[in-house]
Amino acid sequence: MPSISREEVAHLARLARLDLAPDELDHLAGQLDQILGAVAQVTEVAADDIPPTSHALPLTNVYRDDEPRPCLPAESVLAAAPAAEDGRFRVPQILGEEA
Amino acid sequence: MTVTTALPTFDEAIAAFEPVMGMEVHVELGTATKMFCGCSTTFGAEPNSQVCPVCLGLPGSLPVVNRVAVESAIRIGLALNCSIAEWCRFARKNYFYPDMPKNFQVSQYDEPIAFDGWMDVTVDAETYRIGIERAHMEEDTGKSLHVGGATGRIHGASHSLLDYNRSGIPLIEIVTKPIEVPPAVAPAVARAYVTELRELIRALGVSEARMELGQLRCDANVSLRKAGDPYGTRTETKNVNSLRSVERAVTFEIRRQAAVLSDGGRIVQETRHWHEDTGETTSGRTKEEAEDYRYFPEPDLVPVAPSREWVDELRGTLPEPPAARRARLQAEWGFTDLEMRDVVNAGAVSLVSATVEAGAPAGGAKKWWLGEIARVANERGVALEDAGIAPADVARVEELIAAGALNDKLARQVVEGVLAGEGGPDVVVSARGLQLVNDDAALGTAVDEAIAAQPDVADKIRGGNLGAVGALIGAVMKATRGQADAKRARELILERLQP
Repeated sequence: MPSISREEVAHLARLARLDLAPDELDHLAGQLDQILGAVAQVTEVAADDIPPTSHALPLTNVYRDDEPRPCLPAESVLAAAPAAEDGRFRVPQILGEEA
Repeated sequence: MTVTTALPTFDEAIAAFEPVMGMEVHVELGTATKMFCGCSTTFGAEPNSQVCPVCLGLPGSLPVVNRVAVESAIRIGLALNCSIAEWCRFARKNYFYPDMPKNFQVSQYDEPIAFDGWMDVTVDAETYRIGIERAHMEEDTGKSLHVGGATGRIHGASHSLLDYNRSGIPLIEIVTKPIEVPPAVAPAVARAYVTELRELIRALGVSEARMELGQLRCDANVSLRKAGDPYGTRTETKNVNSLRSVERAVTFEIRRQAAVLSDGGRIVQETRHWHEDTGETTSGRTKEEAEDYRYFPEPDLVPVAPSREWVDELRGTLPEPPAARRARLQAEWGFTDLEMRDVVNAGAVSLVSATVEAGAPAGGAKKWWLGEIARVANERGVALEDAGIAPADVARVEELIAAGALNDKLARQVVEGVLAGEGGPDVVVSARGLQLVNDDAALGTAVDEAIAAQPDVADKIRGGNLGAVGALIGAVMKATRGQADAKRARELILERLQP
């Protein structure tokens, strides 16, 4: 039984603003289903008394002081960007949402 | 489509429907550094000059929580009478929008640091208890600039430019429970809530909470229902960034939704945008469901588990609650409820308080902050505290008035000068030559001239008609360009005419 439907993949694609053709949807749905199936195998060995784990380390309350540290120079930051303009990162047209 | 021409009045709308509101307020904390990295949070820096691998989401970078931000979150929670979580995690909110370079925002999902509290607000002497659902920690997003469209709007833009200086600045999001109050006062209660919250945040000293700088931002959820029905579909109006707008936006949305529902239509659950200029909201994106954000616990940040000792210690640092402080100050200042309300609405409680502490009488302090200074601040579109005059300056002006060195008219010119950046009150007085003329030599000449110029008036006064003195004082004031001490002028006139 597939754990992710073609419709769910289409929904995700819409959220990501990806324009997928019908055959691509079929292809990706199959692939994602395999990945989810593999991950789901973990649940087969997990006993009821094992709570879901979100963190590998048994730590809490790791904080830093509110003291400024040096930032990166803007030139080198922007040099690493695919496109920049007026000291800012330039990104393609954003569709369908308001800022 | 909005059908603004067919909108019912507010009274018509609430005659047919009951509004239910929910307020979401984001407070930008005044920490020196960002939520998860040591980048400075100074406002107005060159674009992308306050960024580092963590807030740019570069591979391999790891965030570490700012202790002061957690402390501030707990103090806000306590001040809002919330419970403080014994253990909670951060969560990733995933979405596709370039205002976060990581493609997710670190927030809290089902484990907020503070939950289940309340705050009382007062409107027209009635107190309403606003339930607080939660207050959680998150990080601010970067700033987008849309290029090529009309006036920076996203529609029609050819591309967008991103400045990530703001990305990662600590935010506390405070969410109310559904607010159900008598319909007629709903918009005023919404405004009073945000006003009171701003006072509280300022009193805590965790943020300056300046709405015009985006340090306090408000989203207003509104839905309508027939009395007794379950909650209707809500809309979330964003970009409501002044106290006045809160009231106007809620009022507009109540009227708009009433028009749709009365017409047999349905409300679409969506984000709407408030436009200050037109006083209307327009449709934004259809709101994503929470599951679309695919929240999951943030693996790079360990859980926050504030010890009860720490929480108690922070409880001990809470300031006097704003309502109690206002009641105390109102009594100390001898203001009526109406006068106090004006001061509160103007956001001037602390300024008036500081002015009184600097030695001014309360009435004088209020008069300047809510009068001349408010007018100039409003003209320039800045906050009162940025108008360019300090409480100590206002107190000095009052002192000069009390000492008889200035009259009201001259004092106003002094304040104008200070606001214009000409210097402190004493500098303006000497630079503009605004000393009150009260030395008898100079004043005496003006009085003699006034008497000579109006012999008929002088005769009336000689005949015992004291009401005529005003005409001569007026002439003296005119001759001295308003700088005469009117009281002394009167004395000199009477000395001459009624010896």
